[in-house]
Amino acid sequence: MYDKEKIIPGIIVFLVLVTFPVWYNLAFGSGNGAPEPQIVSQNEKCVESKDYMRTQHMDLLNQWRDAVVRQGYRMYRTADGALVEMSLTNTCLQCHPNKTQFCDECHNYMAVKPYCWDCHIAPMEN
Amino acid sequence: MAVDRRKFFTIAGLSTLVGLMGKEVLTVAAQSESKYLAAEKVLTAHRWAMTVDLTKCKQGDGCEKECIQACHDTHNVPAIENLKHEVKWIWTEPYEKAFPSQENEFNKEELIHKEVLVFCNHCDNPPCVRVCPTQATWKQEDGIVMMDWHRCIGCRYCIAACPYGSRSFNWVEPAARSEDGQILPDQPFLKKVNSAFPTRTRGVVEKCTFCDARLAKGLQPACVEACKQGALAFGDLDDPNSEIRALLKDRFSIRRKPGLGTQPQIYYLV
Amino acid sequence: MLENALQGGKEYWAWLFFLLCFIAIGFFCYLMQLSQGLGITGMSRDVTWGFYIAQFTFLVGVAASAVMVVLPYYLHNYKAFGKITILGEFLAISSVTMCLLFIIVDLGQPMRSINIILYPSPRSILFWDMVVLNGYLLLNVIISRVTLSAERKSVPPPKWIKPVIYLSIPWAVSIHTVTAFIYCGLGARPFWLTAILAPRFLASAFAAGPALLILLCLILRKITHFDPGKDPIQSLAKIVTYAMAANLFFVLMEVFTAFYSDMPEHTIHFRYLFVGIEGYNALVPWMWASEIIGVIALVLLLNPKTRIDESILAVACMGVFISLWVDKGLAMVVAGFVPSPLGAVTEYSPTVPELLISLGIYAIGMLLITTLYKIALTVRKEI
Repeated sequence: MYDKEKIIPGIIVFLVLVTFPVWYNLAFGSGNGAPEPQIVSQNEKCVESKDYMRTQHMDLLNQWRDAVVRQGYRMYRTADGALVEMSLTNTCLQCHPNKTQFCDECHNYMAVKPYCWDCHIAPMEN
Repeated sequence: MAVDRRKFFTIAGLSTLVGLMGKEVLTVAAQSESKYLAAEKVLTAHRWAMTVDLTKCKQGDGCEKECIQACHDTHNVPAIENLKHEVKWIWTEPYEKAFPSQENEFNKEELIHKEVLVFCNHCDNPPCVRVCPTQATWKQEDGIVMMDWHRCIGCRYCIAACPYGSRSFNWVEPAARSEDGQILPDQPFLKKVNSAFPTRTRGVVEKCTFCDARLAKGLQPACVEACKQGALAFGDLDDPNSEIRALLKDRFSIRRKPGLGTQPQIYYLV
Repeated sequence: MLENALQGGKEYWAWLFFLLCFIAIGFFCYLMQLSQGLGITGMSRDVTWGFYIAQFTFLVGVAASAVMVVLPYYLHNYKAFGKITILGEFLAISSVTMCLLFIIVDLGQPMRSINIILYPSPRSILFWDMVVLNGYLLLNVIISRVTLSAERKSVPPPKWIKPVIYLSIPWAVSIHTVTAFIYCGLGARPFWLTAILAPRFLASAFAAGPALLILLCLILRKITHFDPGKDPIQSLAKIVTYAMAANLFFVLMEVFTAFYSDMPEHTIHFRYLFVGIEGYNALVPWMWASEIIGVIALVLLLNPKTRIDESILAVACMGVFISLWVDKGLAMVVAGFVPSPLGAVTEYSPTVPELLISLGIYAIGMLLITTLYKIALTVRKEI
């Protein structure tokens, strides 16, 4: 390999920089930073299973969005056969009125910023 | 084969590009719709249309323009005073501006400078739909020209293409929100907020949707319901027994800029 | 090859730093526009396209004009253009880049611009404009890269590049035709609704682009050892002359059609540009200046004595460029919106942040052209 004495330190510096957030958090972080969302639900069951909602809610919401706005559907048949209106504000947030804990807790932890709340209106909290 | 620096950058750059694009394409492809149903009480039609009876529509004469207020309240349309940044779904224009090239110097007294209600014409042949580069606006099967505010990139080509000035762009943030997306109690442009309907974000185009969301609940458009004079009628043009077919059969009607071939679906009874 | 852009004297770096300052200012203003919305520009409900889209339109023309050196050189084997062909191609690359940036800064939701590719809409001319502009950028990057690296190794370029070059010729015409179609297919805007818009765009492009190229060649001759020679400059000057004459002819045809038919919706926009309507006349001095400068420049170009004198030619080229920039980069877009389809007259003038963002993009373009020309001239050891 040419320029070994330049390339190898270069790779090491790169790796240190890239993994810096991990080291930093291990050394100075508050230890366990995992989010603790509070699942408040008015109904007993969600439209799909808890596991599915935990990992796929964003896909479901995207599909609801297209189904309502673009394809003229309004209702969704849930896993156990019930019909619900496909609406973020009028269905999801009616059942889970605590957006700050239900949604934001994890989103902030994951540093994702969904643009839902640029337009849709969450219920007033306290 | 030796890989020089140039080749390495080329391959790395191209594969990044393919990777980035591939993910987006796959997410779009993975959609199904088997669990979706239409609403039960929904009002349906083959060709929604509206008539505006200019003899009954009497703004300023005891009329408080309830239709405009009802529409703008229902849809959280911001009341922006700066005319350059104005957003409006329904408003009035003097007869001569609403119907240019039909402005006879001597005309029926009532028509001269008459304030005429104007909205999106939900054209049968809509130029805005033709030009939209993302299909963020399109014509539904029932004739309504719809908007998808999630998809609009804000290029404003549709505004350039609309011959009726029916489309508004959100030049400024229409609704004030806190850092975490909560709508604030003090709104600069919204007198009251209808929390069942979204607001818009800055940078997208909006317009009248013939109250698509109300039709899905079995309700007439907000403006039609609000008009006390009964000047507005809404119905299915393809239904020979509909109220608006009877009105059109009975009365002389005009449309805005018919020569452009856009086939407006708002008929003005004179 | 790219590393050549990173080696240069003090003046080279000072110039790059100067440009970077403008880019930084423009970027800062763009961040402001992103967080506050396009309301910080001078655009309005009635005039929904302004300075950004006008610059885009003008620069598409500059990009397309590269064909005026590529075509004679490759199709007619006009050897005199051999030295400047690469300059034309690099000018095209930086112009198309600026075009794309001007489109991006004009979008209300730039983060979603990928939607044009995710939901391709062949009925929209904007979709096709995206296709042809990116295609043209790609073609020019490939062609200039392959021909220049062949030149560096003193070998003839590979054979497969010939068809690519031939393809780039009609492609150049297409970018400006499609850009004209964005405007001239709209029944709502009678000012643009004219079949001659695309030919007129091409004529003004083939005048403004080569005029800029002449000026660039003259500057390069001053500050480097590069010398294109007298012949190619004079050939370019003739191209500018014919194109400028054709452009003026097309404009007069538009004026005749509008005013002899005397249809109000066609004449009113010309009235707004040249005399003003209802007391609104912000563009009137600009338009008269543009026409007068354009005519003077054309006279200087038509007269062989003044055309051959390179210092007068430089003045004429500046005149052509300024005249057409005002016409296309300022008035053409705005006049389509004034008056509005409802007869409202809302005037438009760009705001300071809007101008600084535009200046930032022009600085990016100049940075590109500086570094690309640096590469080309270093490869040829003419610096």
